[in-house]
Amino acid sequence: MTLSVTLQHRLEDFDLDIAFEAPAGITALFGRSGAGKTTIINAVAGLLRPKSGRIVCDGVVLFDSAAQTMIPPHERRVGYVFQDARLFPHMTVRQNLVYGRRFAPRTPQPEDMDRIVDLLGIAHLLKRRPTGLSGGEKQRVSIGRSLLARPRIILADEPLAALDDQRKDEILPYFERLRDEISVPILYVSHAAAEVARISTTVVALEGGRVSRQGPAADVLSDPGVTPLGVRSAGAMLEARVQEHHADGLTSLEAEGKTLLLPRVSQPTGEVVRIWIEAQDVMLATERPHGISALNVIETTVSELRLGAGPGAMVQLSFGTSSLLARITRRSAEALALAPGTKVYAVIKAVSVARSAIGDRASQDM
Amino acid sequence: MIGWLGPDEWRAVALSLRVSFWATILSLPLGLWIAYVLARRDFPGKQLLNGLVHLPLILPPVVTGYLLLATFGTQGPIGAVLESLGIVVAFRWTGAALAAAVMAFPLMVRAIRLSIEAVDPGLEQAAATLGASRMWVFVTITLPLILPGVIAGAVLAFAKAMGEFGATITFVSNIPGQTQTVPSAIYAFLQVPGGESSAWRLVIVSIVVAMTALLLSEWLARRAARRVQGL
Repeated sequence: MTLSVTLQHRLEDFDLDIAFEAPAGITALFGRSGAGKTTIINAVAGLLRPKSGRIVCDGVVLFDSAAQTMIPPHERRVGYVFQDARLFPHMTVRQNLVYGRRFAPRTPQPEDMDRIVDLLGIAHLLKRRPTGLSGGEKQRVSIGRSLLARPRIILADEPLAALDDQRKDEILPYFERLRDEISVPILYVSHAAAEVARISTTVVALEGGRVSRQGPAADVLSDPGVTPLGVRSAGAMLEARVQEHHADGLTSLEAEGKTLLLPRVSQPTGEVVRIWIEAQDVMLATERPHGISALNVIETTVSELRLGAGPGAMVQLSFGTSSLLARITRRSAEALALAPGTKVYAVIKAVSVARSAIGDRASQDM
Repeated sequence: MIGWLGPDEWRAVALSLRVSFWATILSLPLGLWIAYVLARRDFPGKQLLNGLVHLPLILPPVVTGYLLLATFGTQGPIGAVLESLGIVVAFRWTGAALAAAVMAFPLMVRAIRLSIEAVDPGLEQAAATLGASRMWVFVTITLPLILPGVIAGAVLAFAKAMGEFGATITFVSNIPGQTQTVPSAIYAFLQVPGGESSAWRLVIVSIVVAMTALLLSEWLARRAARRVQGL
């Protein structure tokens, strides 16, 4: 099951001209607000007719401007999880969940309902009306409602944007479970780097109405030339194994043979987690620093150096098969004589790795 | 009620109820459709349609009545066609129902349109992505959410139909038992000496009907608003 999208559309202040493929797992459409992300998924859902292009999902042509094909939304079988949940207020949670069932081609087995209700942890809400639910509960019901319509693909338009941090942490694990336990591909729109780093299998970065890069999440996110949100929110995603929980509230994790210290992680020892390290939280030194408060110092090699238009520079650092990004000034880059191949020590402040940016790892087969 | 009202008065009340009932019931599907189109669709001539629907609210009722007579009278273009099919509306209670329906239509459409506009189109989009066709979306999402608003519109239209006078008397005259509705009967009673007491009884009937309808439609409109908010 894959989704392939090519489309051109005129937006208010720029032209959208993009092409990407979304394979199984979670594909994040990643870009700043107003980059045209919602336009793209509305075109996939059939709620908007793009100027031209072609959208094929699971072998079925949903839209093709050349062939004058425009399948109406109700015949596309795409499950849409809206930012504002959009539960039907006059129905109970159960009625909301089964709404799409009568239109689904095969009648889902009863265990489908039980399984999804169970997976999303909403069994206790079935008899209630949507109005009384919390934002997180609404969003979980909305995810279940689209799953039960047996969609070819799930479209999620910033499903966490309307929630506070605590609720986000409540929902993200469910998307991780969907990614790992359900074969339906998910196109996930987001402008939050840490969120994208945590859950996505594939990342499609949108900049200036174009796809600037697409590919596996770790590669796209650590590319110093791809900063869809601007250099301030650039960062890199690392996979690390939980080593030990210490008595002082820190956890040590191992990545590529190096040890990192983070504020307490909830996963048990031995488990692999994704961590997100912002480029601006990484300092560089050409000699191992001594007498420094930062706990994490890693020996790395400069693999790429990008000088920005302004005073900044973005440095990609590699160690083992992983990468880190560091945002420094051009002046520092010159003073340290940084160039690809230079050995440098990356200094990461332990406290700078936010807890909400720590996620379960994607399963290997994705 | 029959004991309190004289036979002529009762006949007028019964006729008015019948006329208003059919005027409301038969115009409701069209009213729903027009309200939906005005609230949810964009097309050339939308403002013209809106103006046409509201015209009877602004025109002198005698003008509306005369236009109906010119169109639906036995000599009129539509009236002649209807007559060849064996349907005569001029000077019949059916004509009174037609006049009442036309006059009450703007109120009905307005109430329904407002309740449709209060429904988040996002909910209809959500239903479509779940596989519901336009018709299904209307039946399962829009209609249940606006039902109190629809009933409020119908109640208001019924009350307006009960009180319609000018267009009715112009179009179908004032024939006791045939086209003499409550307002026409009040008018007739006031023309004859000693008719005041009959007129007063009908005035009371009119006030009670109008007041009940207003309170009922207000209450239903409030329920509609709460329903849309999911309370």
